[in-house]
Amino acid sequence: MPVLSRLGSFVEDGDVRMMGGWLPGTLLAVPLLGALMLLLAPQVLRPFLRTYGLLISGVTFVLAGLLVATFDYGRAAGLQFEVDWPWIPGLGLRFHLGVDGISLPLVALTALLTFLCFVYLCWGRTRDSGPFMSARPRALVFTLLVLEVGMIGTFLALDLLLFFVFFEIVLIPMYFLIGIWGGERRRAAAVKFVLYTLLGSVVMLLGLLLVWVQAGTLDIEALSAAHGTGMSRSVQILAFVAIGIGLAVKTPMWPLHTWLPDAHTEAPTVGSVLLAGVLLKMGTYGFARIAIPLLPEGAAAVAPWLGAFAVVGIIYGALACLAQRDLKRMIAYSSVGHMGFVLLGFATLTPVGTNGALFANVAHGLITGLLFFLAGAIKERHHTADMPSLGGGMLATSPRLGSVLTFAAIASLGLPGLAGFWGEMLALFGAFQPANGLPRGLFLTYMVIGGVGALLTAAYFLIMLSRVTHGRPRDPAPATPLHGIPDSEDEADGMRAAGTPDERLTVPVSSSGRPSATGTLAPSPEAPVGAPGAHGTPVDTPGALGASADTPGASEVLADPPPPPAGTYGASAGATRAPAGTFAASGGMLEVPSGVLQVPGGAPEVRQEDIRRHELLAWTPLVALTVLFGLWPGLLLSLTTPAVQTLLGALS
Amino acid sequence: MIQQIDYFLIAPPLVLALVAALVLLLDAFLPARPAARTALGLLTLAGVAISLAFVVAQAIRGGPPQSTFCVPPNLAGPAGQGPAMCSFVVDQFTLVFAGMVLVAAVVVVLMSMTQLAGGGIPVGEWYFLLLCTLVGAITLPASRDLVMLVVALELLSLPVFALTAMKRYDGRASEAAVKLFVVSVVSTAIMLFGVSLLYGIAGTVYLSRLAAVLSGQMPAPGVDPALTQGPPAVVTVGVVLVVAGFAFKIAAVPFHSWAADVYQGAPVPVAALLSVISKAAGFAGLILVLVVGLAGQATTWVPVVGIVAALTMTTGNLLAMRQRSAVRLLAWSSVAQSGYILAPLAIAATTAQSTTATATATAHIATATAQTTTAQTATTAAQTASATAQGIAAPATTAPLLPEAVSGAISTSMAYLVIYAAMNLGAFAVVMLMSRSSARNELDDYRGLVFRSPAAGLALAFCLVCLAGLPPGLAGLFAKVFVFRELVGGGSGWLALIMAINTVIGLYYYATWTARLFTPTPATSPSLVAAASPLPAPAASPAPAATRPSTIGAPGPTPNSAAEAPLTAEPRTPAESPTPAMATSPAPHRPPPTTWLAIGLALLVAVLFSLAPQLVLDMTSLSPFG
Repeated sequence: MPVLSRLGSFVEDGDVRMMGGWLPGTLLAVPLLGALMLLLAPQVLRPFLRTYGLLISGVTFVLAGLLVATFDYGRAAGLQFEVDWPWIPGLGLRFHLGVDGISLPLVALTALLTFLCFVYLCWGRTRDSGPFMSARPRALVFTLLVLEVGMIGTFLALDLLLFFVFFEIVLIPMYFLIGIWGGERRRAAAVKFVLYTLLGSVVMLLGLLLVWVQAGTLDIEALSAAHGTGMSRSVQILAFVAIGIGLAVKTPMWPLHTWLPDAHTEAPTVGSVLLAGVLLKMGTYGFARIAIPLLPEGAAAVAPWLGAFAVVGIIYGALACLAQRDLKRMIAYSSVGHMGFVLLGFATLTPVGTNGALFANVAHGLITGLLFFLAGAIKERHHTADMPSLGGGMLATSPRLGSVLTFAAIASLGLPGLAGFWGEMLALFGAFQPANGLPRGLFLTYMVIGGVGALLTAAYFLIMLSRVTHGRPRDPAPATPLHGIPDSEDEADGMRAAGTPDERLTVPVSSSGRPSATGTLAPSPEAPVGAPGAHGTPVDTPGALGASADTPGASEVLADPPPPPAGTYGASAGATRAPAGTFAASGGMLEVPSGVLQVPGGAPEVRQEDIRRHELLAWTPLVALTVLFGLWPGLLLSLTTPAVQTLLGALS
Repeated sequence: MIQQIDYFLIAPPLVLALVAALVLLLDAFLPARPAARTALGLLTLAGVAISLAFVVAQAIRGGPPQSTFCVPPNLAGPAGQGPAMCSFVVDQFTLVFAGMVLVAAVVVVLMSMTQLAGGGIPVGEWYFLLLCTLVGAITLPASRDLVMLVVALELLSLPVFALTAMKRYDGRASEAAVKLFVVSVVSTAIMLFGVSLLYGIAGTVYLSRLAAVLSGQMPAPGVDPALTQGPPAVVTVGVVLVVAGFAFKIAAVPFHSWAADVYQGAPVPVAALLSVISKAAGFAGLILVLVVGLAGQATTWVPVVGIVAALTMTTGNLLAMRQRSAVRLLAWSSVAQSGYILAPLAIAATTAQSTTATATATAHIATATAQTTTAQTATTAAQTASATAQGIAAPATTAPLLPEAVSGAISTSMAYLVIYAAMNLGAFAVVMLMSRSSARNELDDYRGLVFRSPAAGLALAFCLVCLAGLPPGLAGLFAKVFVFRELVGGGSGWLALIMAINTVIGLYYYATWTARLFTPTPATSPSLVAAASPLPAPAASPAPAATRPSTIGAPGPTPNSAAEAPLTAEPRTPAESPTPAMATSPAPHRPPPTTWLAIGLALLVAVLFSLAPQLVLDMTSLSPFG
């Protein structure tokens, strides 16, 4: 039987090539098996479903960590941990996986973000029943695990068709993630998302097949080593355009981006995080892995156009952001702008620009992932993400949330010292001196336009901050329901030890001798004053670094409830808050309780649910990594540089 | 002169014909009790299985193509040195089609057992007609002359009219039967006219001889070669008419309009039969006529096939988008899928043309004569072809004896057809299941199916995703990749682009249907009551203990009940389960165990193809026609 003999060769081949290559396969197998187990033995897993998802994604994350740890950084340019099995000989499709300096950060990012999503989901819903885990938790865990398989597989695949298959695997889970757990107009958004991306990927498939027909192999390794030899210029251009359209839809590039705002607005928090954090990277990664190295001549011919679309995207994204009222929609449009920088970096075809693009890729994954987490948290508390209805004053009502939001926004607008900066800087720098053969004047124009775009980016983020975090909290009625306070878990942990709810409820009444009549209304005049000061602190990089260094401790402090005597509550609350609040606001916020010192419970009364434990757990790594890469970009650049140089071999 | 008939070769259709006669006899003599229905069904199933066993035996024996019903060389006329003239040839092509039809037939028979369990349909006639159709369907790919093709096609078509009308006193069914009848008769007439023109010109009905004459290899009888340059223009008319005749059978545009009404009016098993078995046979005939018989006329039919393919997929998809009825949607989607199957044939022709006419002609002569040596060269050519595809070997072998592009295109069509059969049958089987509980069978009835009946819901979801061509339905994805590869490789980029857009259109309706499966039903919705109430009934009624296992295999009505893997449903319905289920037939909405078996079988094949698409390629890529 041919099948049996093939199976034999399969095993034999596997034995030979499996040396050290078990990691990529396991990275895919763990979430896949985890998902299958959910399908096969649902009853067994039902009781500990939350931990199950966490466990599986945790194992995947640990494996990814192992991958990062055992990666040979001396030869980051080459592919490591290769697996190469024949799958469909008739199509020449091989199950070929591997990691190099370009894909390693993205694999780690995927595993991290998925794990954090599970952290967010699984520890977040222990008490109140949010819309998430209560609505079909098993399906949610299943969907996320399948999504993870697709995402990691895309970054690992070294075969054109295998890449395509993984690229497509992502579609269906994402469709359901938006379509089932999404917002009000989720159906339309999900359909739009899936149709757009499928149209793109089918066109991409045609391009990939054209490459295959012309070059005779599907192996990305061999094809990129060949640097397009054997393909005529016209074929290369055609293939680059076809593949580029598919990738550009996913990225998304400016005229093809219209699915993104809808999808993001309607998607649930974890969906948005994964969509922005990882799925968009699949498009840009495709440029780095397939389009540019395989088709250098085509890339050189199309690059000016790519750059033009990229800068239009930057400006367009920024202008669109300025016009948005919805927070999630604004962040979605900001992704269009950021991806414009990434594409501009690729379009320069220089090692500098490409490095910048890859760096911006990872940074965007971290920062925008964090931003969507925050937007989800805000939407969950206020039941709207409409910025005017949020009413501002978040730094007063929920200072930690406001500070982290400030931090993320500032990181996203590209403040030097945080991760968002280096990618944009390098991309623009690459445009200053594009590769030989590209029109320099044109790219200089792009650079100028991109610089203006960066300015606009700063503008809309600052406007957003001024709308959301600053000012007086307007519309407090829905924001601070009295019964909401005992529910706010983590904060309450400390407080419950301090006093019974009854005591705390009476306290604000006694405090309402102040002119602000409602008593629920928060800020004494000090709060707005304190807020800008608080907002100022995260800019101060050492302070932010200190925050990241302290955060593990902070979570511990929050986790175990210190029972301070009731009388000293104000001080102890400040002390408890201080480590967590070092994100920004500790100094400023300390004034609030002290300002109303005679009202011990006053400050917590005023703020609504601030950051909870699970949110803190999910966000801290992102904050830490943002700061780490911002201060030490070489960490990432040293990984990508050799790989980029081999990848651009023919061009640079 | 007495002809030697190779009975082993004709065993598969022969067995089916004998069983058909047996069924008719038994139906007349067995008492009209419910047990008799089951017995007849099992007998039919056994007949199909034996026939399948013969096909498998022929496949295992392998070797060069076998033929029977040949014209002896000394009677072959003055041009006796031409290709052998055989009516019945068993080669790879025949075996793949026969095997696919018979496996599909097993599913259809299982679905029929459910359909017939409801009563109201004469059982004996049903199975007899079904078996007759199958005889036609597996004779057709083996036919190598025009008359036999027409006869097999009629044998395939005629019983289907009756099957469609078998739901007596049903207005829709009668309408469907009349529509099908009229369309089919017209198409047969058109095709016969075309066949007669071809016969008139070539003076032969054998495809091999026809190819030789039309490509100028042999002189046409009664025509002075010195006077004419090539075959006369009337050949074009003949080719177009024959293509049109087959286009009716496969419901290609512009002969597609009957599809939806007929599918909807007919009983669901008949709709499945039409969409898979009948369609497969139609494609077999089309491929045979075009590629074997009319290869020399490629200039005529290439553009026709290409345009028809593009129109078919576009029209089918656009019409499917607007449907509310599940069966109508499947009808139009299967029209669209016909377009995908047709598309590679346009490439086959283009590339066949690019090689010199003599090369193709000799190749066809060689394959038709089916000598061992040529068969071996053909095999090696195919092997080198696959080797180049793997990127292992050096650049393409130049102009081999066998037009490998042709065989590649045909095997692509066949591969798509095989995969399509599996996934479409799976979808029809679930629709069959649903038709038991909701008479109208609209898409909205499927809302929340995954919660009411996890196994059925997941099975349908998988099949739909397969049809859409997305992971995890890898079978469908790779089927489309095969076709895209042929189109891109064959330089027919425009068709590839049209197909790409169509894939997206198709995704729309498959995805919205799939999404319905996962959308919870509002508790007050009447459709939930209508659909869910029958399900708890058997469990509550004092059913015999023996039926319990089979009913448990069916969905639990609670929305929280565990989703089983689609596959686990299959082993739960053992072979003996039909008997008790049939015995207590009056319960009209009982979850029918045979349908679960059908779903399981179709799904098993679809999953298998998803994991190892190479199996399909192995089956189909080995040098058709030799």
